[in-house]
This record gives sequence, structure tokens and C-alpha cells, in this order.
Amino acid sequence: MTMQLAGTDILARTRSVIDEHRALEGPLLPILHGLQEEFGYVPAETLPIIAEALNISRAEVHGVVTFYHDYRNHPAGRHVLKLCRAEACQSMGGNAIAAQISQALGIGFHETAKDGSVTLEPIYCLGLCACAPSAMLDGEPIGRLDADKIDEIVQEVRS
Amino acid sequence: MTVTIYIPRDSGALALGAEKVAKAIEQEVEIRALDAKIVRNGSRGLYWLEPMVEVETPAGRVAYGPVSAKDVASMFDAGLVTGGQHPLSLGDPEQIPFLAKQTRLTFARCGITDPLSIHDYRAHGGLNGLENAVKMAPADIVAQVTESGLRGRGGAGFPTGIKWKTVLDTAGDRKYIVCNADEGDSGTFSDRMIMEGDPFVLIEGMAIAGIATGATKGFVYLRSEYPHAATAMNAAVEIARKAGILGVNVLGSPHAFDMEIRVGAGAYVCGEETSLLESLEGKRGLVRAKPPLPAHKGLFGKPTVINNVISLASVPIIMDRGAQFYKDFGMGRSRGTIPIQIAGNARYGGLFEAAFGLTLGEIVDEIGGGTRSGRPVKAVQVGGPLGAYFPRALFDTPFDYEAFAAKDGLIGHAGIVVFDDTADMLKQARFAMEFCAIESCGKCTPCRLGSTRGVETLDKLARNIEPQKQIELVTDLCNTMKFGSLCALGGFTPYPVMSALNHFPEDFRPTPIAEAAE
Repeated sequence: MTMQLAGTDILARTRSVIDEHRALEGPLLPILHGLQEEFGYVPAETLPIIAEALNISRAEVHGVVTFYHDYRNHPAGRHVLKLCRAEACQSMGGNAIAAQISQALGIGFHETAKDGSVTLEPIYCLGLCACAPSAMLDGEPIGRLDADKIDEIVQEVRS
Repeated sequence: MTVTIYIPRDSGALALGAEKVAKAIEQEVEIRALDAKIVRNGSRGLYWLEPMVEVETPAGRVAYGPVSAKDVASMFDAGLVTGGQHPLSLGDPEQIPFLAKQTRLTFARCGITDPLSIHDYRAHGGLNGLENAVKMAPADIVAQVTESGLRGRGGAGFPTGIKWKTVLDTAGDRKYIVCNADEGDSGTFSDRMIMEGDPFVLIEGMAIAGIATGATKGFVYLRSEYPHAATAMNAAVEIARKAGILGVNVLGSPHAFDMEIRVGAGAYVCGEETSLLESLEGKRGLVRAKPPLPAHKGLFGKPTVINNVISLASVPIIMDRGAQFYKDFGMGRSRGTIPIQIAGNARYGGLFEAAFGLTLGEIVDEIGGGTRSGRPVKAVQVGGPLGAYFPRALFDTPFDYEAFAAKDGLIGHAGIVVFDDTADMLKQARFAMEFCAIESCGKCTPCRLGSTRGVETLDKLARNIEPQKQIELVTDLCNTMKFGSLCALGGFTPYPVMSALNHFPEDFRPTPIAEAAE
């Protein structure tokens, strides 16, 4: 169950993330990465706080957050499965693997399972092109995906 | 005597179960009370043999692979610590033909040393280049790099030394070295391998670039899809600072140079140099119009060298062994070595560093061993999602910047993705357009709109709606994108599309759907 974050809590945690990175040259991306790590996504409430701290407009912050594929505006599932959709994986049957995974998890790309267990995301190249098709589950790489490995992934995200 | 066992921590090896193998080996070492030390090295790049475990014996290294956790106990029974025979034995790894045939200059240490050991790094020739550089005048360093013939390994092939000279000659109160580690091209992983397997060589290359151009600060813009490379680079930077390789006095010299690792956020277009600079500055990754060149007005408007990981990682050997040594490898205007990445449906997929000049056929058929699926090779895409598809008929093309350009292709970052005869080239062409649409930064119209129109047109072609008209339309569209786009994303997407269309026309003429009987 997703807990509603209390306003003051968000404020304090956001400020602390900002303070950690604001001395860097070009601090916005590191701040956004920090917030996503802190909250699991970049809450809309944090954008005006960032804008004020960096002395840029809210539109600029919004523009940056929405430009990059990595930043989410809502929480992901407990597990995040990133499946490579690029050419090297396609050459090894990646499209069929994607269909199998999608069916096994009961969700499409950019979707989160109803029980909140897993979010499925497309990714364009994990640099595992000599062991395709590949994926990344919660930051850990998985190569040469096949039916057995899909079963293992499904078991892991459901456990 | 303590025996050293090497188990790669390279992402590719991890993807194939190296972590479980490492745990199993640790356990066996403990149970059997053996005097053994485990080193987590990089990968040698022989991915069909990963996880490849190596043991240091008095007679040299002995390799085993591909190892899975369930093999470990039997390997110890067979005398792993003394290099004993086992069904997974590979013998001396250096004698494996795939490795024996290579010329490893940039990847000399990758897969051999402990990536985070300065001692190993020095023992295998590391820091010689930087030690030479700190004693030289900046202009002499630049001249040596220029003389070596090194060209940008990111894809554009621009002479590295000339870029450096421009930055050296440009006045600035602050200059930057930016390393482009946004290796987004499918089929490429050499940047990842070097950052995970020999991170100090990149740090050394960047420090040399800093001294050569008067830059005191470096950034590595590393894609977020490579978390393990980021961990390795961050750890290596810390160690390099403590060892005096980075800091106010690089190796005790009056030169200051320090660097930071910055993680991208999943935008492919940020591999384009000006988009990358925008992103580093904390903006949307929109491509900048050139001029001004980044060498004049780059990061935060300051003179900036922006080089690919492999370009920078090739500099230490040039400063160590000399320009002539490096230049003696290669062909034509492509000097030195290039780490070729054999990927996709390849039997022997991995990293093969060699002098320029091998033919595409030698790389795919002889070195790569054809397809993993065992079916005939239909096409290979060279140079990532913006690279052309080559048919067998062009397999005599030598691996050289100019030779590939002459065949309407590009080397790019030297990744080769092999496809067997089940590939549908119309689908591959459509994907190229789709990918461009997903990743377009949106600044210029040919790329932003052209890619979406391209997908629609190819979809119509697939449904056999006025096919000849769609082919003419997509050809015209590609022409517009090629000449009208601001950067290589829109400008090069026509390469895979048009090469697929030109070399595999049969895939673009779908079987007519039988008309329903009246």
C-alpha cells in the first residue's frame, strides 16, 4: 500500500537531498537522482522547492524532469524490471521474450502490477549485447534470458 | 603460498551468474580450509565463456569456463587451486584463439588485473604515460597525440589531437575535460568493460588530457544503465585521489586535475556531445547548434575537450610507448587499434581489440564464428542504432572509417550486431525510426516529426498499402532527415533504414494479401 507522504516530511527530506548536492557544478540532475532514490520517484511537490533553491523557474525544473526517461512522477512497484528492447537483444529473440515476460507478469511496459509487486520498463541497451537478450532486475543484470530465467524472475518478484 | 583465484565482476559476467559462482568458490575455499585469495577482476571479453574463472599457478594462469555455481565443488575436487584438469578447463587463457589473435593496447589490463588495485595497475604498465606527460610541455603532449593518429572512438572519428589543440589554444579562466561515457548504442559495451575492468586507465587518460590542454576539472558523464561501472569509477576516483594521481599536484607535479562521475538519466540523445553538455549543466538534453564548438564554448561556456571513453583510455599507451608505436598499427587514416564488439546473434560474442583493417567477413565469420543460433548470417548492423545494416555481399569491407563511409555505413563505436536469416529487415528499419522518435530531443523538425512519419510510412508499407509510393516517401524522408537534422540522431537514422531498404529489398515487398472474393 502506498502511504501518503506527509507534507512537512517531503519538505524536510527534499531540503536535505538538495543540500547534499547544491554545491556541485550543475546540481539539478544529481538532486533529481537523489530525490528519486529517497522517495522512489520525484514527487511533484518537490519541484517548487528545487526551483527556489537553485533560483530557476518551476517550468525549467518541470522541463528537465519530464525530458529524461529515468525520472518517475509516481512510485514504482517493489521490484523494477528493465527489459532491453534494442537491436542486439532483438537479434536473439528479444521481442518474443518481451511478450512472454509481459504475459507472465500480466502487465505491459510502463505498467505496475496491481499488487504493486513489479514495474516493467523498456530500456535501450544495458551493454550486455554479447549475452542477449538481457534485463536488469533491481539494478542486477541478467543475461541470456530464456523460459527458465523468466520463471525465476517471476518467482522473485512475487515472493 | 596463497593462491589467487580471479572471478570477474564485470556486468556481463554478473549477468551470467558470476556472483553465485563467487559465493560458491568462497564457500569451498572455507570448507576446504585453503589458502586462497579471491580477486574480482574485469572481463577478458570472451562472453560465451563467462563466467570465466582463472587461477594463478606457478606455470601461469589457468582458466575455466563457462562456470556455473554447481560446477564449483567438482572443480575443487579436480584441483582447481593448482590448475587441475576439469571438463571446463580452458588452459592458458592467452592461448584461446579469440584472445591470442588480438592486439590489446587499450584493453591491455582488462580482465587481468584487480580493477581497483593501484599496485596491479602500475605493475602492468599503468601510469607510465602520465609520468611522461607531467614532465612535458602541454603543446608537446598534444603533438604526440596528434602524431599518433588517434581519432575519436565514439563514432565521429575526429582527430583527438586536433580537438585538444583547439582547447589548448583557446583562452579560458577554467577549462574542462568531459568524458562521454553515455554508451547508448546497442551492440557496444567497450566503455562499460574498461570502466568496470580497468577504471584507472580512463582516469589516467583524462589527467593527461587535462595537463595537455590546461583543464583542471574533468567529468565523466556515465549512463544510468551502467550502475556497476559507476560504482567502479567512483571507487577508482577515490583511490586515485589518495594516491596523488588526482588532486592539486598530479603525481607530484605542479599540474592540478580532479574529476567527478556524473550519472545520466536515460536519454540516448545525451550521447551527442552538445546534448551531453546541456545535461551536465542540469538542463534538458537539447542539442546545441554548432558553432560555437565545445572546444571554444563547451561546458558552462568554457573551453571543453569532450572525448569518448575509449579515445581517452587509448591516450596512456600513446604517452607511454610513443606516437609511432601506436601509429604503426592500422590502415589508411585509421591508425592504432579499435576494440570491436561482436554482439547479438554471434557464436563467439565479445570484445576483440585489433588494428584497423580486418574485413567485416573476417570479424563476423572467423572471429565471431557466425551465429549463435547456427543459422546463416543475414545482416550485421555496424555502429549502433544509427549504423547501417550490411549484407554478406559487403563483407569484404575493411574495418576502417573511410572504407565504411564509402559503403554508406559507419564504424561508429565499433559494435557489430549479428542477425540470422529470421530477421525481418522491414521491422528493423521500422525500429530505427521508432527508436529515433522515442529518443529525439525534439529541437529540430526533421528528427522530431520525420521519425514518427517514418514509422507510419513503414507501417503502411507492411500493410501493403501503395507500397511503391511508401518506398518513395520513406526515401525522400530519409534524405530530408539526413541533411536537415541538427545532430546524428536524426541525421544518421536514415543509415539503418536506407541500408535495410537497399540491401534487402525483398523484405520491403510483402506478399500481397489475397483480395477477398466477391
